[in-house]
Amino acid sequence: MQPKQNYLNFYLIYIAVGLGLFGFSAVFALFGVYAERKVSAFIQDRLGPTETGKFGLLQTVADIVKLLQKELITPAAADKLLFALAPFIIFIAVYLGFAVMPWGPGLVPVSLNLGLFYFFAIVSIETLGILMAGWGSNNKYSMLGAMRSVAQVISYEIPAGFALISVVMIAQTLDLQQIATQQGILSTETTKFLGFLDVSHIGGILSWNIFRAPHLMVAFVIYFIASLAECNRAPFDIPEAESELVAGFHTEYTGLRFGFVFLAEYSMMFLVSMLGVILFLGAWNTPLPNIGVVQLANWTTGWGWGILWVSVKALALVGVQMWIRWTLPRFRVDQLMDLCWKVLTPLAFACMVISGLWRLLLM
Amino acid sequence: MFRNIIKELKTAGVGMGLTLKHLFATKKRRVMDTVKSDNYFEQQGKGTNTIQYPSQELPVPEVGRYQLFVEIDDCIVCDLCAKVCPVDCIEIDSIKSPDLIGLTSDGSPKRLYAAKFDIDMAKCMYCGLCTIVCPTECITMTSEYDVSVQELDLLTYQFSDMPAEVADEKRRIFEEAQAAKQAAKLAALKKKEEGL
Repeated sequence: MQPKQNYLNFYLIYIAVGLGLFGFSAVFALFGVYAERKVSAFIQDRLGPTETGKFGLLQTVADIVKLLQKELITPAAADKLLFALAPFIIFIAVYLGFAVMPWGPGLVPVSLNLGLFYFFAIVSIETLGILMAGWGSNNKYSMLGAMRSVAQVISYEIPAGFALISVVMIAQTLDLQQIATQQGILSTETTKFLGFLDVSHIGGILSWNIFRAPHLMVAFVIYFIASLAECNRAPFDIPEAESELVAGFHTEYTGLRFGFVFLAEYSMMFLVSMLGVILFLGAWNTPLPNIGVVQLANWTTGWGWGILWVSVKALALVGVQMWIRWTLPRFRVDQLMDLCWKVLTPLAFACMVISGLWRLLLM
Repeated sequence: MFRNIIKELKTAGVGMGLTLKHLFATKKRRVMDTVKSDNYFEQQGKGTNTIQYPSQELPVPEVGRYQLFVEIDDCIVCDLCAKVCPVDCIEIDSIKSPDLIGLTSDGSPKRLYAAKFDIDMAKCMYCGLCTIVCPTECITMTSEYDVSVQELDLLTYQFSDMPAEVADEKRRIFEEAQAAKQAAKLAALKKKEEGL
């Protein structure tokens, strides 16, 4: 009887983790939309939602309740199967990306030695879902939006990929949990600040990847810009450019299906921010270094602290994404491609080359 | 190329700084100030600009160009307002009186009853001409502007409260008076003819 019990526990834990991550992304999407509306309102000298609940906090809850009650309309000329499946494929692709994300020391849903590769592969499937949605809707705006999205996401995966490779060359591993561990006091190898100062026992902000090798700051900026394009956020939101394409690939969606597209968009925002944090900004490691007897880094490391640090850092990046969205105007399609191929890709290549030299000469 | 990159980063930075400034200026709410105030335009762009309407209102002049109002006791039923109205939204039905009804508050004699004094605010174009021509200044525009109604009829304001029977009574009195006058006239004429 004993082994059976163990198997049961094993599966129960997996289901609980899955449900927990789903709940997290749903709650994040709800309050992410609320935050987005408030931030946009404040930037534009408005007040945003104020009536539903204290400070309008329940506005998005009311919205989702409304959305759940709506009829699921399938256009007569739509490809019914693709149309119905697309929102779920879009969401599941993003949701599965959370599987390899480390939240704290020893706290990761799945520790894969190919973690980063898996992440990149599974998140690319979102593009397929967007293409299915655009094609399945049989609507010219949806189709245009989907085609733009695919062109954009595939192009921007190249600079993003090379920026990530330059981190991997420094870290010498694809396992996200190991990359995270290297950037703090729990590291088993020596960590050097700017390649010369040993900070293995000092930790804090000094041992984050962007300070271990300063060219990774450039790589981080490249990755961040590319990640905006990959989650179709302004200024790269041409796939859903409201003024040109109604709502892009999700024009024809209603009710719960539209809800899933929205959920995927906001989960994707958090996911790419979290990946940026893990690879460049010290993952779940504390920003506070050990200074002499004041062992700040030792005091603020642990799985609870890990969840706090990684959430705070990722939410800060999400905040920057929102701030950018409400400041910068949308790119034209040719400008978008220009930026990707003529600026970001060469810079990312340069970062990769510097990473190789750094590894050989300084580590 | 690098000069362009630096220039564009700089301009993007300026924009981001501007939005950040606005993001943190939201503590300051709009002051409910009238348009006559000296810093009405100064305060715009500092803090949020929203007026949360039913709970906040911008003060308006006491006599604005909003809803029409008629002080019917001061009206001499001269019909000037109805005649000058460009959109014919005022409808007046007058009854002559055989003798002086009374005086208005500014001393003008009243010789006509208003059996009907209807203003259709749905037609009104808010030009205010009626308030200018009114000899006794009994028709004015008020500061009330929030008038949404459930039925279109409610936009027709009826200022005369004379019931139909009373109006009929007044008409009868005037006709009788007219008839009596006519009879007196005829009698006088006859007398004149006889006298000749």
